[in-house]
Amino acid sequence: MSSEKQQQRRERIDRGIKVRTGGIYALMSWRELVYLISPRLLLIAGLLLLPLVMPGMYWKRVISIVCIYALLALAFDFLAHFVGLVSLGGAFFVGVGGYLSALLNTKMGLSPLVCVPGAALMGGVICTLMLMPCLPLRGVYFAIVTLMYPLFLARVIEALDILGGTDGIMGIDSFPNPWLEQYFVISVVLVFLFVLRRLVNTDLGLVLRAVKDNDQAVKASAMNITHYKAMAVFIASSIGCLAGACLVHIYMWAGISTFALDFSVLPIAATVIGGSGTLVGPLIGCLILVPVSELLRDFGTLRIVFYSLILLAFIVFRSEGLMIYGQRKYHQLERWKAI
Amino acid sequence: MEILIYGTINSVALALYALGFALVYGISRLPNFAHGALYVLSGFITWSALNTLKLNYLLSIILAMVVTALIGAVIYRLFLIRVRGMEISEIIASYAIGLAILEGLRWGGFKGMTYTLPPFIEGSASIAGISVDYQRISVIGIGAALVAVLWLFTHHTRIGLALRGMAQDERAALMLGIDSDVMAVVAMAVGSMLAALAAILLLPLGNIVVESGYNVLILAIAVCIVGGLGSWIGAVLAAFLIGFAQILTVVYLGAHFQMVVALLAIILTLILKPSGLFGRQKELEERV
Repeated sequence: MSSEKQQQRRERIDRGIKVRTGGIYALMSWRELVYLISPRLLLIAGLLLLPLVMPGMYWKRVISIVCIYALLALAFDFLAHFVGLVSLGGAFFVGVGGYLSALLNTKMGLSPLVCVPGAALMGGVICTLMLMPCLPLRGVYFAIVTLMYPLFLARVIEALDILGGTDGIMGIDSFPNPWLEQYFVISVVLVFLFVLRRLVNTDLGLVLRAVKDNDQAVKASAMNITHYKAMAVFIASSIGCLAGACLVHIYMWAGISTFALDFSVLPIAATVIGGSGTLVGPLIGCLILVPVSELLRDFGTLRIVFYSLILLAFIVFRSEGLMIYGQRKYHQLERWKAI
Repeated sequence: MEILIYGTINSVALALYALGFALVYGISRLPNFAHGALYVLSGFITWSALNTLKLNYLLSIILAMVVTALIGAVIYRLFLIRVRGMEISEIIASYAIGLAILEGLRWGGFKGMTYTLPPFIEGSASIAGISVDYQRISVIGIGAALVAVLWLFTHHTRIGLALRGMAQDERAALMLGIDSDVMAVVAMAVGSMLAALAAILLLPLGNIVVESGYNVLILAIAVCIVGGLGSWIGAVLAAFLIGFAQILTVVYLGAHFQMVVALLAIILTLILKPSGLFGRQKELEERV
């Protein structure tokens, strides 16, 4: 018996400092304060410094694109993991927001700084109204219908030759200067990230999560779940439309390609890689995926192969994602224990 | 008359696209978003066997079907089985596989208009004054035969009955000694083979292009959704509905609207009656 190898199991325990920082007492020592604040500060400072350290216009542009994808990924993560509506229609939000902002800018001559928030709000309303009939659907059905919306709108624009048809809308103003553009998108990402993190912990967030976990129970509590779902869709689609509006002003062009599948797939890949249900994870995922895909641009379509394989590997073999892994390492210690 | 003939051909084509997708979903509840990719892939396998390996046409067709079925089985066994039951992960994973296959083919140089398969029989016949080439007629014949064979397969063979048993009640099937994992692999292999068959029948009518993979997927989804996910009879009827609707819009509105019809059909069906025209799933399950 004694020769048999001692069996062990891995035990995970919260670090003492994590438990101590759980309550108001965290304010009483510098160490606990640093433990709490440093990851958040690292993220904020890192993002704000990014445009300063990036060489050349090209990589600065990449930062803006990262932020736009991050907004979409944030909207996807919020809808999928806090409301239970899996929307594969990131491109739908981008397209609606993009075209609206382009129209506001070219037809009414408003400045981009007015167009973008305007397009976000109007786009949110339009997307919510269009998705309203599908809200009772769930699971794979909602996913399919949201996947079809951008394809449908793109084909309609192409077939009816409206809104510039296949040429798109040209001559859209860019942001007044590149620094403003950079810091505008970065601050928007940060603001929405922290606002959403707050929101999911409020009473509203609680109801939304209940809708995800057990909608019948919410219904039984005399709450109108479609109403709550519509609210969540409005929040997410406004964020998506904001991203689309920024994109249009960065490229100074709005066309059918704003409905391209990239805007649906890449944010999902980023969410899966970064860690779903964390809201920070999608941002981290975008920070990794978008530059990698830019570096691989020389390989042509091979980069799509590459990132779909990464996505596949993560979703099949490592479905927790980087952020949840990181959080576990940060908050818990692991040790082997004999059984 | 023209509308009737070309509508029928288009409908059979749609049914062929959709059968594999419907079969896989019906049996293992897997929305196989790599279906379009498998369709295009098998077209290129046939082309390579024909032109690079210099095989006989019939031999290369059989080779393509077997290889595609194997690829489908391997994809399921290696990847999709691990996310079984998590619908969203299944969609994302299978879509990623499809994307990788399609864009890999594009990167591998399979693009442009140079890839065509020869038709089985040259020439054309005249039906009621409209000339229809033999390939299109053979599509209708083989499509009808295929539906019959599938019906026989699922109603009168052991594997077919096991597949249906799993589709109806997986737990009960497990209790009767049907290995659901093996059956799901078989279903995926048969589904991939159906995609290959559709490709071999329909690709000689045009060029093999990577982009058609995405359209095939959308059309397959449209047919399955309208017919009701998981119902094969529904899929065949829906194929005729969408097929004739497409031809009518092409005749009266213009070719641009062909895809719009399919997409509109998906959206409207999901909004109005998500279980489809002939779906056997309870409405409660997908509507809250």
